[in-house]
Parts: sequence; structure tokens; C-alpha cells
Amino acid sequence: MANPFHLVVDNVDKRFNTKQGEFIAIRDINLRVQRGEFTALIGHSGCGKSTLLNLIAGLDVATNGVLVCAGREISGPGPDRGVVFQNHSLLPWLTCFDNVYLAVERVFSATEKKPQLIARTEAALKMVGLTHATHKHPNEISGGMKQRVGIARALSIEPAVLLLDEPFGALDALTRAHLQDELMRIVADTKSTVVMVTHDVDEAVLLSDKIVMMTNGPSATIGEILDVKLARPRDRLELAEDTDYHYYRKAVVEFLYSKQKKAA
Amino acid sequence: MSASLTIDAMLTTSGDAAVPAMPAPEAPVEVIPLTAEQIAAAAEREAQTQLAVRRRRDRLAGLVQSVVPGLVGILIFLLLWQGLTHVATQIPGPVKVWDSAVKLFSDPFYRKGPNDQGIGWNILASLQRVGLGFGLAALVGIPAGFMIGRFEYLNRMTSPIISLLRPVSPLAWLPIGLMVFKAANPAAIWVIFICSIWPMIINTATGVQRIPQDYLNVARVLNLSEWKVFTKILFPAVLPYMLTGVKLSIGVAWLVIVAAEMLTGGVGIGFWLWDEWNNLVVEHIIIAIFTIGIVGLLLEQALIWIAKRFQFD
Repeated sequence: MANPFHLVVDNVDKRFNTKQGEFIAIRDINLRVQRGEFTALIGHSGCGKSTLLNLIAGLDVATNGVLVCAGREISGPGPDRGVVFQNHSLLPWLTCFDNVYLAVERVFSATEKKPQLIARTEAALKMVGLTHATHKHPNEISGGMKQRVGIARALSIEPAVLLLDEPFGALDALTRAHLQDELMRIVADTKSTVVMVTHDVDEAVLLSDKIVMMTNGPSATIGEILDVKLARPRDRLELAEDTDYHYYRKAVVEFLYSKQKKAA
Repeated sequence: MSASLTIDAMLTTSGDAAVPAMPAPEAPVEVIPLTAEQIAAAAEREAQTQLAVRRRRDRLAGLVQSVVPGLVGILIFLLLWQGLTHVATQIPGPVKVWDSAVKLFSDPFYRKGPNDQGIGWNILASLQRVGLGFGLAALVGIPAGFMIGRFEYLNRMTSPIISLLRPVSPLAWLPIGLMVFKAANPAAIWVIFICSIWPMIINTATGVQRIPQDYLNVARVLNLSEWKVFTKILFPAVLPYMLTGVKLSIGVAWLVIVAAEMLTGGVGIGFWLWDEWNNLVVEHIIIAIFTIGIVGLLLEQALIWIAKRFQFD
């Protein structure tokens, strides 16, 4: 029987053993993500949102509970989930092309020949608008461009879920806005299922279909889930005067700054 | 536009008969604003020439600033040396040493028996020993460094031994080498091997331990094969550390070979130096010192050059 949900997180806990004893990072996490849905995980720093993303990525193992991606239990990292890291994580000794090709080769070399692999790599770079930087090294391009290569690498392997860990956190505001628009376009084109960690309220409302708000850690869990029913394609200029947008925005801000007020 | 061109031409070639196409009748109307533009353009040209001149002057000044102090230093050194020869008369002065060096290096590759060979042969013999000992050390030390860096257990296992043996003067290993190999040459190579292996092991292991977690996460999320992880991530990430180890090793190896050759004899710059001491040719001792310094400098510069090619950030 096919599960209607593309990504399922069921009763997940994650504890770490530290010198001061057991540390409960997150507990009782239940999450359902549909195919093609854009989900944002938001919360104060230390709320375990990155821990949850790492569990979905398979970089970490849950202490309790089950995670299922596209009908298969997550037991470790795998190319069915594409990850974009906060600090781009491109290999500096490889060109943009080779960075993406490394991923493409890993996933498709068993079934496809080299010209097809090259075509896939070039298509991924074209999608993020970096055809001109194909043969540049990461240190020769800007931070925004690096992050775009990271997105191209993650999407080039046609993952079932795209995982973004504060992908634009290290960028300046203008570049960030530009990349958010790009991401919306790419996600619409590729119909990707996305889970994104963010601490930016506007980013969450602008991009998401669903905002998962997490309570403060330690022992963090999901506080509220907000369905964002804004029509797509979304335009940041039009949304600036949209009452629904402000309603969603206020809901998230209220959760973060009044219900989950963080002692500075 | 055409008017501006012709006026420009007129200004520069004033009165020259070869000026083509005189301005059209309506040109004078445009002359005034264009001249203003031209003045601006000329001013800018002028500014640019000045900038170019200043830049050239700056570059010259930079060159002077970087080269002159070095030359002054060498000059003072030579003067002090010359002065010293008046106090300690057995030490030959710079001029005498220079003359002797010119004679020596005019025929560097002669052979008159095992103990009398050109300085070129001596240098090459030393370099060969260093190359062999150092090459073998790299062959053993770099893979060992990778293993030690990758496996924490191995690291803890080997670290007491390495810590204990590393501070030992490499020459202390010479008797063991002589005993095992029963010949001077392999014993010298053995000493070079021992002294150059430590920096390579330690630096390679450090490099492996310091690979950013991000890079390893990339490998993990893509499930790359061990071979891909090694060739695409581990090796390139460790390479700069490895080259630092290689650079340190070659420096130490070149220091040690001189001392080792003094003890083992044969052909080699260190032995040659000792031999010239026995012959009491002091000029040659000083020449040997400078030769050792220059070769060491060249070795290090070559490795710095190689290392620079593998810097990514």
C-alpha cells in the first residue's frame, strides 16, 4: 500500500551522550510531508532543527522512532536525498562542473554513458544560471554563486527530497532575496519536495507550503505547524502588501517571540 | 564625432598638410562644447599618464625597497668578513674565496680517483643520497601518515613511539645503519630516511585529521566509494599538509647529510668539506658552506613553488 506521504517522521527522538550525561536534543517529532511540498523548519538557534534535518539526511541516527523517505526507511545517507549545506561545501580543488559531476557520476554512471552524465551536469548548472562559471573553481566565484552550485549539485542527482540547511544564512540580504526567487523558480520547474531549515521568518513564509515551528531546546519538539496557503507563483513585491502574507508572518513571529521567547 | 577627430588631428599635427578631410562648414558651431570635452579627455589622458608614471615609480620603489636592504646586508656581511680576516689571519677574505670558487666551479666534473672529484660530483652525490633516503621516507611516511590520521586507534598506538624517537638526533642511527648494511653509503641513506620520515608522518596525519567535516559530509550524503573519497576528497585536502611535511623533511635531510657524510666518507659535499679541512684548504671550506646554503635554499624554494600550486583558498 502506497503511503500518501513522501516523507514521514514518526515519533523521533534524538539524544546525545555527553560528559554531563544524556542530552535530549529533540523528542516526539511527528512530521508528514507530501510530494512536491515545501516545508520550512524554523526555530531559535539550538532548537534542534538542524539535528532533525541531519536525521532526515541520514547523517545522524535517531535514538527512537522511524523516518521514511519515498517508501523506504532512512538508515543512512543516500543519494535519494540531496543536501545543500549552509557553507556550500564545494570541494575547492574541483571546478563547478567537477563538483556537480562528482554527484552525477555517483548516481547515474551505472545506467548512463559519459555524454549523458556530462549533459546532466551541464543542465544542472544551466538551471541555476551558472553556465558561464562551469569551469571556474569555487574560490573564483561569489558566495551566492557557490550556493547555487551547491543547489545544482543537490538537484542534479534527482533526489526524492531536497534538504536545505540554512542555505542562504551566510549571504547578504540582496543576494539572499535573489536566490530565494531562484529557488522558488527551480522548485516549481522540478516539482521538488523540499525541507529547509531557516531562522528567517520572511524566507519561511515566502517559500513554504508548511512552516514547522519548533520549541526551544533542549528537548525541543514541534510547537505548531502552519499551512501557508498563498498562491504560486509568489512575488515578493506583491506579497509585501498582501494581508494573508502578513497574517502568516505575524503567526510565526508571535510563536517565535512571544510563545517561545528566548532569553538573550 | 568626426569633427572631434579632425580637431584632435589638427591639434596634434598642427598645420600638417597631410590632415585629411577638413571640417565641414557647420563644424565651428560644435567646436566649443567639443573642445571642452577634449580638454576633459586630455586632462584624463594626462592623469592616466601620470598614474602610469607613478605606478611605474611605485613599482620601482617597491623593487628598491625589497632588494636594496638585502644587498646592503650582504655588503655589510662582506665588510665584516673582510675585517675579520685582519684579526684572524688564517681565515681567507671574500676576494680570495671568490677567486678560488671561480677556479673550482670552472671544472666541476673531473674525476681523479675516489677521493679527488669535482665539486659538481660531490654535490650530486649528496643530492642522490638525500633523494633516495627522502624518497623512501615519503614512500613509507605518507601512507603511514594517512593511516595514522584515519584510524584513531593506530594514532594512539604509534604516538608514544613517534614522540620518543622524533627528538633523537638522526646521526644516532648511523651505527645501526652501518651495522645492518655493512657499508657507508646505505647507512647515510638510512640516516636521511630516519630524519625525513617524522615530519611527513606527522604532517600527513594532521592533514587527515583536519579535513573539514563539510567535505566528509559531501562524501557521506553522496555515498561515494572509498576510492572516490580518497582521490577526490582525502588526497587533495591533505596535499597542502603533506607538502609542508615534505618541505620540512627536505630541509632536515639536507642539514643531516652534511654531518652524515663527514662520518661516513666517500663522495659528497659533507665529506668534501671535511676532506678540505684535513687538507687545510680553508677557502674550500667556506665555499662548501656557501654551496650547501645555496643548494638548501634552492631545494626549499622549489618545494614552496610546488606547494603554492596546490593552494586552493
